[in-house]
Amino acid sequence: MTVTIKTFDRLADAANALSSERGAHFFGGGTLIMRAINEADPSVQTIIRSTDPALQHISVSSGRVELGAGVTMAAILAERELAFLHPVARAVGGPAVREAATVGGNLFANSPYGDFAAALLALDATAQFAGGFGQRELPLEEFLGRRDRGTSLVSSVAFRRPPTDVFRFHKVTRVHPKGISVLSISAQLPVASGRIAGARIAYNAMGQTPLRAKAAERALEGRPLDAAGIAPALAVAADGTAPVDDAIASAWWRREILPVYLRRLLLGAVHT
Amino acid sequence: MLEFRKDIFADERDDSLVEIGQPTARQDILGHVTGTSPYYDDHRFANLLHLKILRSPHAHARIRSIDDSVAARAPGVKRIIRAADVPVNLNTLLSLIQFGKDDEPSLASDVVRYKGEPILGIVATSERAALEALALVRVSYDQLPAVLDVEEAIKAGAPSVNATYPKNTFEYYGKYDHQKLRFGDVEAGFRQADIVIEDRYQMSPIEHAPTETNGSITVPDTNGRYIVYTSTQALFFSLDTAAKINAVQSNQLHFIGGTVGGGFGGKVDTLTEPLCILAARLTGAPVRYRLSRHEEMQFGSPRGAERIYVKDGLAKDGRIVARSVRAYFDSGAYTRLSSYAVVKCVAHIPGPYTIPNVHADVYCVFTNRTPATAMRGFGVTALDFALECQMDKGAVAVGMDPLEFRMLNMYRDGDMKAHRREAKNCALIECAQVAAEKANWPLRDEFRRMSSRQGGSHERAGVADRSRTPQLASAAKPAPSTPPSPVPQRVAYERPTPAAPTRTAPPSPPPRSAPPSPAASPAGSTHGAPRFSSVFGTRRR
Amino acid sequence: MKTPIQFHLNGEAVATFVESGANLLDTLRETVGDLSVKGGCWQGTCGTCTVLIDGVPRLSCVTLAEACAGKSVETTAGLRRGADLHPLQQAFMDRFAAQCGYCTPGMLMAAKALLDRNPNPTRAEVIDALCGNICRCTGYEPIIQAVMDVAGSDNRRRA
Ligand SMILES: Cc1cc2nc3c(=O)[nH]c(=O)nc-3n(C[C@H](O)[C@H](O)[C@H](O)COP(=O)(O)OP(=O)(O)OC[C@H]3O[C@@H](n4cnc5c(N)ncnc54)[C@H](O)[C@@H]3O)c2cc1C
Ligand code: FES
Ligand code: FES
Repeated sequence: MTVTIKTFDRLADAANALSSERGAHFFGGGTLIMRAINEADPSVQTIIRSTDPALQHISVSSGRVELGAGVTMAAILAERELAFLHPVARAVGGPAVREAATVGGNLFANSPYGDFAAALLALDATAQFAGGFGQRELPLEEFLGRRDRGTSLVSSVAFRRPPTDVFRFHKVTRVHPKGISVLSISAQLPVASGRIAGARIAYNAMGQTPLRAKAAERALEGRPLDAAGIAPALAVAADGTAPVDDAIASAWWRREILPVYLRRLLLGAVHT
Repeated sequence: MLEFRKDIFADERDDSLVEIGQPTARQDILGHVTGTSPYYDDHRFANLLHLKILRSPHAHARIRSIDDSVAARAPGVKRIIRAADVPVNLNTLLSLIQFGKDDEPSLASDVVRYKGEPILGIVATSERAALEALALVRVSYDQLPAVLDVEEAIKAGAPSVNATYPKNTFEYYGKYDHQKLRFGDVEAGFRQADIVIEDRYQMSPIEHAPTETNGSITVPDTNGRYIVYTSTQALFFSLDTAAKINAVQSNQLHFIGGTVGGGFGGKVDTLTEPLCILAARLTGAPVRYRLSRHEEMQFGSPRGAERIYVKDGLAKDGRIVARSVRAYFDSGAYTRLSSYAVVKCVAHIPGPYTIPNVHADVYCVFTNRTPATAMRGFGVTALDFALECQMDKGAVAVGMDPLEFRMLNMYRDGDMKAHRREAKNCALIECAQVAAEKANWPLRDEFRRMSSRQGGSHERAGVADRSRTPQLASAAKPAPSTPPSPVPQRVAYERPTPAAPTRTAPPSPPPRSAPPSPAASPAGSTHGAPRFSSVFGTRRR
Repeated sequence: MKTPIQFHLNGEAVATFVESGANLLDTLRETVGDLSVKGGCWQGTCGTCTVLIDGVPRLSCVTLAEACAGKSVETTAGLRRGADLHPLQQAFMDRFAAQCGYCTPGMLMAAKALLDRNPNPTRAEVIDALCGNICRCTGYEPIIQAVMDVAGSDNRRRA
């Protein structure tokens, strides 16, 4: 039995096919799903593709950014307006992976993958869905919580563009310059009169899916970004996380180093 | 870059070297850069079949039943290969040189002993068809307790891993459960030492991860012969192993290889050829058996994990007067080459240092882990790691510079090694001197003037030199042939600048009267263990 | 089910049928017969199978063959022009940048992708361009050196 490939011009038709066929999976850039096909994974029977140009669409206005689910990491790196996301896009695989890896696929990548999804989480992004039934839009956090249950086709993600220098990202890897996450941290750190107001912090590889560091966010509220100001946030950095042991690092190690890197990120000692 | 120091040992070397020191292009590099080098998988055959293997998901389990009836009817399946189909199912790699007992099945039939162990093969028209059929095989297992730690494995009551060696240790010469090295009297050495330091070193298995995974293609030829294209790094070794397992004459197999996509020791185990040949014999068609990357990582044998305990007795002046090593080599579930790694390890103890009292016990232990094999210096690399860490700790303990501490103890020409062979052509001191110079590592004058050709003697290892002083053999108390040099008592040690003024001379060579001779033994005859001999002579990987 | 596809391979038009779900690596090697492309993991992790698709580096093992219809594919087999080697090939030879040679075709294509876009890369840019390609033999330094040699020379525009 071979895999059946179905290609649709219109995203809506692809979405319908995806939700109506058993064992159907959407094909983004293929960096993960193609391995399953190569290994004859029995759960992958039908592949749904779409050539709809909407998938590749990038729109950046002063207030809002919208990225088609088929936008690749390489396409983000080619977009000057998205400079704040370049460190994140550059952190996904090597150059050949980045040419294929899509934003949409990253939302479905299992830990320790999902660096871009975690960045989107820190940006308070929403996911938009194609097709006739169900929800049209979900906050990313809610989407990630239920992502493994449904087969909806994500058409795009959208978020408010952060003011300059408010977004920070750091990825911890064992090999450089490319490497799979021991963990990565994305953060939006808006400061009003020297104090944090409404921080968003998200981790990748600290749980099955990317997750928000809500305890740390709360502990930062109204505090200055200095050693004393961030101390309470560091103390609760790992609250609510559930990292796993894998070939890259143990859960214990991830928890141990998390506050170290969060501290450096908050103090601005790392900024790439 | 490359530099020849012709000033060192100038009198010993022939300087008419033509090739050495000159860059030479590898003969196959044009093929490499044009993508035309013929790796085993670059041969194309019509109607090629594909062999895929069902592997154990458990580290240790009894196989209760295997049901492959549905798989046998799956599309594209040409043949299922079971343990009973393998002509000589039990083998050990080194049986080719009569070393060790056959202990490893090509396909497990009753018990699986590590995660990834092969159980059954499916030959199909495509890799995909074979993989899909594998998913239809039903195996029921009774899980057995697994032992994954070397020292746990040799405790009484530990689960028995390997039916051929029920006590979980390889058997040397049919009766010994480990390899020994005995030289001098290590207990007396520790009593005499000013400082004793002891530590434990644990290695991890290391996968060679060649970019080309292990694999082979077998093509039926005329007259009952088979042509085998293979990634093996040991062509004739693999040929003989494959011939034994298939119960065919070796001249029925024509192995073609030599272009290997990285081996590093991970392609000597003949992982694919025997079953690939069997599949071609059973189907009459060309068959490829290629490991996936996952199989290469899990089933492909790694460098073994060794646990090494080192205990050193040190004199305050920096001499190592006793060294004891106890090591356990994790062979995984079967022997492969770890038995030999142990032999190499013992041959390398106590490192390149002259020590009068040496004691070692090294075990090759079976656990429910992937069988380990050769990898670049196996048996020696891990030991060196342990010994050199220990040397750094020793230097701190006696308050010496770590390089000078090593140089003081290094082999010199004429020293007696712990294996009762005389050290010859020892250039290590000179290497250390050049390395120190390149690294701008300050050495004191005496160490910069030190020579591997001076000061060496059997006496330095506490052994009388029969060839040079035959009368000592019968002498009850050997008299020093040179006056003992004064041994300065240095307890504090700071690294001097190169221009440091006067310093006390280092204690080199140590007085031969210092280490105790074994009490009631005629010098030179019963000192230490019987002469060490490697089963493999000068064989190397 | 087989799907007909057409694409350009090293400048030549190719028309073939691909098995549904086939990856580009297998298609090039088994169907088209370009054996200069090597496979090391079939899961996108080693870089050995790197080819250029429309000028950008792609991992052929995780590329759906039928998605390459109408595209231009470049492999190591197309680097050489008759008897002349591509400067990168020559530099790899001069610098001893291939030992077992199995990673070499992928390395060459990753390096070509960089130099086609950026003829004068820094060392850091060379490292980044090669970072998705695993070499188990050389320790990378000779490969980086070889690419730097070509980056600095003028003759690479020749090909
Ligand atoms: C060598 C290597 C290194 C990598 N390094 C990293 C890394 O550092 N960080 C990281 O985060 N990831 C990494 N990845 C993982 C992966 O490449 C990325 O996560 C990538 O973004 C996945 O996108 P894709 O388009 O290739 O996904 P695909 O393989 O196409 O799809 C992945 C899954 O998502 C589903 N899917 C894809 N798009 C949609 C959609 N629009 N709607 C619904 N479902 C969809 C697919 O059905 C599939 O189940 C790496 C992968 C490899 C092979
Ligand atoms: S074979 Fe494609 S990346 Fe390894
Ligand atoms: S030369 Fe062997 S892997 Fe690179």
